[in-house]
Parts: sequence; structure tokens; C-alpha cells
Amino acid sequence: MAEALAPAEVEPPVRQRRPWVSPLNQRRWQSFKANRRGYWSLWIFLVLFVLSLFAELIANDRPLVISYKGEILFPVAVAYPEERFGGFLAVTDYRDPVIQDEIKANGWMIWPAIRYSYRTVNNEIPEAAPAKPSWMYSKEQRCAQYPQDAEDENCTLGNWNWLGTDDQARDVLARVIYGFRISVLFGLLLTAGAAVVGVSGGAIQGYYGGWLDLIFQRIIEIWSAIPVLYLLLIISAILPPGFFILLGLMLLFSWTAFVGVVRAEFLRARNFEYVNAARALGVPNRTIIFRHLLPNAMVATLTFLPFILNGSITTLTSLDFLGFGLPPGSASLGELLRQGQRNLNAPWLGLSGFFVISVMLSLLIFVGEAVRDAFDPRKTFK
Amino acid sequence: MSGGPLLSVRDLSVAFTQGGKTSTAVDHISFDIGKGETVALVGESGSGKSVSALSVLKLLPYPPASHPSGKILFDGDDLLAKDEDGLRKVRGNKITMIFQEPMTSLNPLHTIEQQIVEVLSLHQGMRDQPARKRTLELLNEVGIREPEKRLGAYPHQLSGGQRQRVMIAMALANEPRLLIADEPTTALDVTVQAQILELLDGLKRKNGMSMLFITHDLGIVRRIADRVCVMTKGKIVETGPTGEIFANPKHEYTRHLLAAEPKGRPPATNTEAKAVMVGDEVKVWFPIKQGFFRRTVDHVKAVDGIDIQVRAGQTVGVVGESGSGKTTLGLALCRMISSQGRIRFEGKDIDRLSFKDMRPMRSELQIVFQDPYGSLSPRMSVSEIIEEGLRIHEPSLSADFRDKRVVDSLREVGLDPETRFRYPHEFSGGQRQRIAIARAMVLKPRFVMLDEPTSALDMSVQAQVVDLLRALQEKHDLAYLFISHDLKVIRALANEVIVMRNGRVVERGPSVEIFERPQTDYTRALISAAFRIETAPTGVVSE
Repeated sequence: MAEALAPAEVEPPVRQRRPWVSPLNQRRWQSFKANRRGYWSLWIFLVLFVLSLFAELIANDRPLVISYKGEILFPVAVAYPEERFGGFLAVTDYRDPVIQDEIKANGWMIWPAIRYSYRTVNNEIPEAAPAKPSWMYSKEQRCAQYPQDAEDENCTLGNWNWLGTDDQARDVLARVIYGFRISVLFGLLLTAGAAVVGVSGGAIQGYYGGWLDLIFQRIIEIWSAIPVLYLLLIISAILPPGFFILLGLMLLFSWTAFVGVVRAEFLRARNFEYVNAARALGVPNRTIIFRHLLPNAMVATLTFLPFILNGSITTLTSLDFLGFGLPPGSASLGELLRQGQRNLNAPWLGLSGFFVISVMLSLLIFVGEAVRDAFDPRKTFK
Repeated sequence: MSGGPLLSVRDLSVAFTQGGKTSTAVDHISFDIGKGETVALVGESGSGKSVSALSVLKLLPYPPASHPSGKILFDGDDLLAKDEDGLRKVRGNKITMIFQEPMTSLNPLHTIEQQIVEVLSLHQGMRDQPARKRTLELLNEVGIREPEKRLGAYPHQLSGGQRQRVMIAMALANEPRLLIADEPTTALDVTVQAQILELLDGLKRKNGMSMLFITHDLGIVRRIADRVCVMTKGKIVETGPTGEIFANPKHEYTRHLLAAEPKGRPPATNTEAKAVMVGDEVKVWFPIKQGFFRRTVDHVKAVDGIDIQVRAGQTVGVVGESGSGKTTLGLALCRMISSQGRIRFEGKDIDRLSFKDMRPMRSELQIVFQDPYGSLSPRMSVSEIIEEGLRIHEPSLSADFRDKRVVDSLREVGLDPETRFRYPHEFSGGQRQRIAIARAMVLKPRFVMLDEPTSALDMSVQAQVVDLLRALQEKHDLAYLFISHDLKVIRALANEVIVMRNGRVVERGPSVEIFERPQTDYTRALISAAFRIETAPTGVVSE
């Protein structure tokens, strides 16, 4: 048939490019922007998140760049053994005054803004851990533990504990930055994984319906009746706790939230006339699901997504709070809250944890509200 | 104010504001409705006739909607100046409204009695026994048989015509002075349409109310209206007594509307032409299952043994009321639902083929659906919609030639190919139906099932689509199975007509025979409903 229609003299017409953002999505973006609170929340959140992704460059106990004996070294990225600087340990402690003097004598170094990583123990705190935020001490108190007191060159802004230290003398601000990152990443990965599994499950159930739907609905009901917390307790006794084990475990149980929504959308949309029209064209089921039905279901899913994301972050935080979450020593907001609860004499612990978590969750909820507005076809803006 | 008009619309404008842009839907219109008078507001979709009617009761979504100018005087009171409280006393009491869609204008969770009593108790404080008595009276008045039994019924237990009758009963409950009817019969079968119009006319005379009737169908106007206002693009272009407008239309647009009935006749019947689609004793039975073990106790015989033969270049029209099984028959022939009985397509048995085995044949066997709003995916551009079939059936086609085929088919159905990157919502109903036809035609089919392709369209657009279909048939020697409840369209296209009722053939024969000499009461009722909007004696057609 193609030959019959393609005489040589007929040039195929120049193909017009369609706009890369469909008018529908342009309208949605406009509605999203019209919700000022959600729009600003998105930007603030993105800035915070991108900054936290580079946490190693902001808060670290290793300098960013070192010039040592004419060589440029990057301790942030490469772990140099101490013998490089005349020592004998396998790992260099750049906070050690001896090493610092050695480097200073043969070059220079640039520190990150905060000279602590999430697990760096500050040996120079003015009183027993947890220590107050540095700005609450006078200069003399603050520098009392340094070898040369107030004249010590390490008693600088970079070594301040802006939000104090926890009960193991670790810098709270550094831990908050790393903890924010791990919380958001955990939430995003868990939500993305749950969405992939849940949407496919819901799509298949809704599209094929019948017995398949009936059986899987029952399986999901049984599955979601398993008490997740008990299971986590049991498993944490067997497996070593870790980020990915926790993620996998939570994924096992969080995907069911999506199934109901997507299944309902598919059940509704599979009898739409344009789906019948596609069937009449001989379009295979797989293509119908992906091209015609999934975009419908995605609206419901996207509206749901920010709230699942928040739920995932809260879950991780509460597990950490209870002590069944990430391995001991990891930067975690839940663990910070736990310390706050145990050290009521150090309110900066609980307060920092509280503010970081509430700001993070509020920003995400505001973004979620704006997304919901954007996908609401009936919402009009003046 | 006795002697003056009941409702007087003066210089009314309606504007909608969205995204900072203001568009005028109604532009300085004025008309009057006298006591006991029926005024018809006629125009195509988008002409602003429904918006005008809705603004009488201030039912538009404010603030996006606003009235830059105008007054609506009802008995001397300006309705536009009234507040919500004042309006509530008028709405449903002095002025009532019935809507187009009887399926969605009744609350599915309330019984008929609850819905009618609600109206009575709201405005008259009527409750319990008196309210029940009045409800029965009303249901009697609107011609619902055995109203005692219907009181406890839910909307889904009633047919479309019955639901519209209940809507009318609700509208009449408080003996309104003015009834606004917004296309009350568009969603109904022609036979039911005739019954509803007769009912409305009778009730109007009996109760001495006035009526504002909104429609796109001039046949209805001629039957029911005293005066006509013709609207287009938000303006009233012509007003006058019905007889005068029909006999002597002055404005060009009115003449265009009057000329818009589907015209022409099908191409000459050729009984020698090759039979493309043949069905022998086609049956579609849906089992009724009951009891714990879901045993099949009986069947709903949607299609019950029908022989059919569709020849190349010819059209078989299938006629019947809703629920007569005509669409089911078409879907069975296209193997979209399972059926019994032999089906041959181009000499090949296809009734045993699986969905997958059918796929190579789908390109030659196409369907055009009824609802041009529902049958195009809202998230795909026109070009993507049309080329979807090409991607499956001619995967070797290069992107450029695929695009050329899309352009050709758009040109063939009379659309500007430059518009192919737009999305369906940017097109009107008639244009959308053309896109749906282009989607079928791009695959060069041999057989096309047309499932009421014109019934969701305006009258004047119907005529254009019928002309287009006839031209395409002639050009490509297509076999059509044309399904419709509207005999006007069938007469313009079909060579052979099958009249169906309850899954069986009532009458069949060459189109000329059926229209000139119908043999059964049922066919006669269909014909008189379609051409003269007359009702048949009770019992012949459904309600």
C-alpha cells in the first residue's frame, strides 16, 4: 500500500514540530505557578535539596583542596593515607594540629564552611557533651579547650557548632544536613519504587478485571494486614540494619497504597470510547495500557505522590526514633529527636530536629497542594 | 404589570474571564416571552443559547461569568439585581428548568418520591400525606403509568424518557409561571422525543405557563414554538413568529439552518456487488447469573439470530430505539464482543479468530463511534490519533510517509492538515467526528461500522457529515453498516434497512420500500416520529 501512495514526484511535506510541552501541561504549569505558596515551596525545597546533595562540600572534616609540597590534593574525594603527610596512620585526620601544621608549612588548605562531618567528634567542646551552640559561649569559653586558648587558629567560625553538639560531641548542624539528605533520598526512592510497583499492579488489575482482579485484591488485603512494625523488629534481629534493607522492607508494604487509586482509574477508563476505538484499530493491550490509560491514572497518582513521599519520610524518622532504623552512627533526624528526648537539658537537640522535620514536611505538603491544584481541571484562577 | 410580557430580557451580555482573558459568550441580546407563549431559542452549539437561558436564573459559575450589561425583568423584577436569597424564591418555584441530560440531572441515590417531595417541601412546606398525594398527581400528569409503583424507584430503574418525565414533574411541582427547557429531548430517541414534546405542549396549555425552549433542531421548533429567536455567535440575528421564519427567512444564517436537514439519497443499489461482510444467525446472549454458584439461569438476548449482508459500495442501515441491540450487532460483526453464529469478512470466517488473530484484519474493518468527545484520547494530538493505526498495521512506513498519509486523510475529510498538531479539545463536535472518520479512513478499510456518528452533532453539522460519508463511500467503494435511531439520516445513506427491536428483526428490505410502504406499526411509529415528530399509539414504542 505504501508504494501506491508514494509516487516519486510527491515530496513528503516538511514535518512541523509540535511544541514540546503540550498545551495541557502548559496550563497545569500555569495553575501550579498561580499557587504562590506551593511555587515558592518548590523552589525553597529544591535549593535545600540540591545543597544537601553536596553535603560533603559544605560540612566535612576533610579540607576541600590542599596544596602540599607543590601538589594539589582533593581530600574530599580521595582518602589519602597519613604517611603522605609524614604520619603513619591509614586515614588522615586533618583536624589533628600536627597534620595541619605539616600542611601549612608546605602549602595551604581550604576547608568547607563547616569543619565537621556527621560523625566527626569535636574534642574541643567547652563543656561535657551535649555542648550548647557556640554563639552562646563567650570567646574565652569557646576556645578554652584549644592548646593556645583564644589565640588558637582553629578557634574560628568554621569550627563553630552552630546548633550545638549532641551527646557524643558531634556537630548537630552537620548531622542535620546529612540527615535531611538521607531522609529525602529515602522518601524519594521509596515513593518511586512504590509508585512503579503499585501503578503496574493497579493497571493490570484494573485493565483485565475479572478473576485476576478479584484474586489480587484479596492478596493485597491479606498482605496489608501484616503488622509492619513487628516484622521490622523481627527482621532487624536477623539482618544487619542498613539503608537498602530498610528501603526494601518498606517497599514491600508501601506499594499497596497506589493500587486502589490506579485500579479505580483503569476500571473507569477501560470502557472509554477512545479505548474501544484503539481496540478497534487492533492496538495491542500493552500499548493501550501505556498510551491511553496510564496518562489518565497518572493524574490521580501524581496528586497522591507528595503525600506518600511525606509518609515515607515520616516512617523513616519514626523508625530511627524508636531505634529500629538506620545503623547506629548514621546521620538521621529521627535519632536526633531521640537524643532530644533523652537530653531534655539540651533543648537545641530536640528543637533543631523538630524544625528541620517540620519545615521539610511542610514544604513538601505545600508543593503537593499546588500539584493537586494544577491537575484539577475545575480549578480556575482569577 | 398585567398585559406586559412575563419575561423580558433586555440588552443582556454574558462574559467569561479566564486567565486574564475575557470572552463574550452572549452579546447584547433582547427578547420577550408573553404569558402562555412558547419562545424557542435556536442555534448551533457554542452560539450562546444555553448560557442565555442559564443566566435567567443566574445559574452560571460566577465569578468567571459576569454580566457586563443588561436586565432580565420577570414580572417587572430585575432578576440580575437580586441576591441569592431572592433568587432562591424564584428558582424552582416561579421559574423552573429542565436539562438536556436526564441521566445525570436526577440524584442516583434518592427515590423518585424523595426528589419530587423535596421540591414541594422547599417552596410550599408540603410534607407527608399531602406531599405524597401531590407527587402522585404530578406523576400521573406527566404520563408515568402506575405511579404508585414508581414512587420508590431509583433513577437507574427508569428509562431515559421516564426520567425526563420525572424531571418535568419536578419542574411542574410548584406550578411555575415559566419553564425553561434546555434541549430536553436531545439525548432521547426520536420516538421518545415526540412523546416528551407532546407532553410539554399539553402541560403548557393546561397550566397556562410560558416556555423558553432551547434547541438546535428546527423540526422541533416548528412543532412547538410560537415565536423563534435565531442565535449565532452570541447574537440574536432574527426574531419572529414561527410560521413567518419558516416561510420567509430573512437572515442568511436562518436560511443556512433551514437548509441543514440531511439530504440526498444513497448511491444506486447494486445487488451484484461483492458481499464484504456476511453474518448468519448472529447471536449475542448475555447470561443472567444467580445464586451462590453463579449458575446461568437465563440470557439477555441482545441480538437474537440476525442475518446480515453488507456489500461493497452499499450501506445497510440498522434502525431501532435504544436497547434494541443494534450497536451490539455491529460490535459483534466487528468481533469486538463475543457472539455465536457464522461471520464472514471478505470470504473468510472470522467468528472463531482470537483478538490477536483478528489484528491483521482490523485495518480493513473500522468503526466510527457515536460520541466524538469520548472517542478521541484527550492527551494525544490529532496527528498521533490518526497515525496510531498506521504504526500497527504498516510498521515499515517511514515517519515522513506516515505523516503524508495523515495529511491526505485529513484533507479527505475536509480538515486543514496544518491543524494536526493540535489536541482534540480545540475542535468542535463536527470537526472531532471528522477526525474520527479520518482515523478510520487512513487505514483504507473495506468495511466501516458507523455507530450513530451523527446523533451527538448539531443538525447542520449532521448534514455535512452525511455528505462526507457518502462521498467517501463512492470514492473508495466502502461497505457501510450504519447504525442510527434517526431515520432522516438513514434515508440519506442506506440502500437496505433493517429495523430492530429487542434483538430481533421487525422489518427489513430496500430503503425505498421501508420508507414508502412500512409494513409494521413499529416502523411506522419510527418514521412518523423522525419526520413529523408525531407520537404513536401507546404500546408500539417504548417510553
